[in-house]
Amino acid sequence: MQDQLFQEMKQAIIDGDPDHARELSFKAIAQGIPPLDAIHHGFVPGLNAVGQQFEAGEMFLPDLVLAGEAMKAATSALEPEIQKAGAARESLGKVVLGTVKGDIHEIGKTLVGTMLSANGFEVFDLGVDVPFESFALKAKELNADLIGVSALLTTTMTGQKDVVEALERHGLRPRVKIIVGGAPVTQSWADEIGADGYGKDAFASVALAKSLLKKQREMPVR
Amino acid sequence: MQPNLRLLDAELLERILSEAFALIFQRGVTVQGPEASDLLASAGARVENGVAHIPESLARRTIESVPREFQLHNRAGEPVVKYGGDNVQFDPGSSCVHILDPETLEHRLTQSADLVRLVQVAEMLPQYAAQSTAVVCNDAAKEIGDLYRLFLVLWYSNKPIVTGAFSPHSAPAMIDLLVADSGSPAALREKPRAIFDVCPSPPLHMSEFAAQNLIDLARAWVPAEIVAMPLSGAAAPATLAGTVVQHAAECISGITIHQLAQPGAPVVWGGAPAIFDMRSGITPMGAVETAMLNIASAQVAKSFGLPTHGYLIGSDAKWLDAQAGQESGVAAILGALGGINMISGAGMLDSLACHSAEKLVLDAESIAMAQRLLQGVQPRTESLALEMFAKAGAQGDFLKIPETRKYFRMEQHLPSKVIDRGSLHSWEQSGKRDAFARARDRVKELLAAYKRPAISPHVENNLRAIVTEHAKRTGMAHLPGI
Repeated sequence: MQDQLFQEMKQAIIDGDPDHARELSFKAIAQGIPPLDAIHHGFVPGLNAVGQQFEAGEMFLPDLVLAGEAMKAATSALEPEIQKAGAARESLGKVVLGTVKGDIHEIGKTLVGTMLSANGFEVFDLGVDVPFESFALKAKELNADLIGVSALLTTTMTGQKDVVEALERHGLRPRVKIIVGGAPVTQSWADEIGADGYGKDAFASVALAKSLLKKQREMPVR
Repeated sequence: MQPNLRLLDAELLERILSEAFALIFQRGVTVQGPEASDLLASAGARVENGVAHIPESLARRTIESVPREFQLHNRAGEPVVKYGGDNVQFDPGSSCVHILDPETLEHRLTQSADLVRLVQVAEMLPQYAAQSTAVVCNDAAKEIGDLYRLFLVLWYSNKPIVTGAFSPHSAPAMIDLLVADSGSPAALREKPRAIFDVCPSPPLHMSEFAAQNLIDLARAWVPAEIVAMPLSGAAAPATLAGTVVQHAAECISGITIHQLAQPGAPVVWGGAPAIFDMRSGITPMGAVETAMLNIASAQVAKSFGLPTHGYLIGSDAKWLDAQAGQESGVAAILGALGGINMISGAGMLDSLACHSAEKLVLDAESIAMAQRLLQGVQPRTESLALEMFAKAGAQGDFLKIPETRKYFRMEQHLPSKVIDRGSLHSWEQSGKRDAFARARDRVKELLAAYKRPAISPHVENNLRAIVTEHAKRTGMAHLPGI
């Protein structure tokens, strides 16, 4: 019974169907299924399946975006229940996200944000054309763990280096991790500017964020 | 609407036809073989010294009896190839003598294993509606070459087949094989699986075996495709219009013989017309004029409502380079716009001398583009844009609306990995691989995924028995390729 519901949840995410996903969340609540179980055993496997099929070239950007929308609908329906139970969904970390100053391309960045929040990160999206300093200020204000900087153009890509420097000026490094992405961005560029990593797509970015923050937690407190 | 390209205005079309009818009557057509001559003579043609002078009225009468459309069937008996109207379908080129070795780049003599590999790759690619007897099997006896090629294609494919008998006495054995495949002569007639190319010799010459072929095929109700191959400036007038006249005359005289043998039997106005390269002496298949001849000839056939065939997408390049992509891609688009029912020639290089599985894979991408083009621009939604704008909100976030997910799949052809649309970075990471390298990978993937069709043991035994009997007579010890 419960397994069948989880299976339907997975499918609702794969189908990118926010309405159905929301309904299934309510159904889970009515059946007394713990909301976190619904997320982790129902919806998240759907998201993972979409990610794998995207990697394999069998699913496409609209599938990804709609899966993210379905995930949002599902989790927001479950949110009040989670709070009622006092069992807040464990946050994997706080992420500040934005497209760097001079660049107004937002699709890639927004997708990364959707995937990060669907996977349990708290995401604060600063939008596009974000001044270098704003990343640092927002991170400080929120006590964020990770910053993601997107750039689609080779001309604006250099701004990612400015963001790294802004973080340093504010004394946030190396505690606050920084990851970079965008079409012209490569691992060697990330290395060159002293970023902590590069995600080639939304799914790679999620994996990267998870591994960076895991390492951060395992670091001895000084 | 299906986009189309026509090259002849009404007046020029009329002049071409009037000269074509004049050619077959005044100059006449050389027809070898007593049976074809007798058929023509008793129908009212004047036959003198092996030349048949065919009156226009007789020719027009036989054109009348040609079916305007017919279908080829797959192994399951489904009509998957439709000759007639502006249907456009593709099959690999036929009867090559060389294969491009994808590793050494050598053009070496073809063996049975090469044909099997080509058939397996074409089987996996939906762009090819039909198979062809693509290459000569040099490890089979020459006397049964035509039969053996057809046997291997039947053995490894479910698709319809474009084939041909290119030596005397081949056709009856091949028809036996098709009857065994279909189960009975009646089943073969009702649901033909294969079509036979028959080639007149330019200019205006029907060899005994070509003429006899037409007669045998008509009487067996096995579809025939007249592949006229005038070469502008060498075996045809240098002008394109003059070449189209000759092409029409050759097709019409072939149709006349065919329909006199069996009125109503299926036959196609086909061809491999080409210009003649005045520097190299080859027939450039990648030339735009070659494409124009094919399109114009098909237009002449369409003026009678007849089914059509052409030979395009072969390239004159020697391997998968920029020239191969350019020539084949342009020809695929042009042929499709010409509304030619069956376009043969994919996979071929070196002016039809060499075949390549990797090129079949590359050409499939050009064909997919052409097929997409033919679907045209369609009003898929009641409101073309207004509703989607309303749903996408102030930000115009189209990626998020369900319509995007639904319609992009209908609107966009999604190419295979042979076409690189990735980032510069991922291309660099892959080792800067070019289309040839990616095509090699894709061939390997397709071959790994290929599964031989399920053929009933009864049919399989019959196919094998027919071929074994013919092979034994030539002293062949075993059947290569199976």
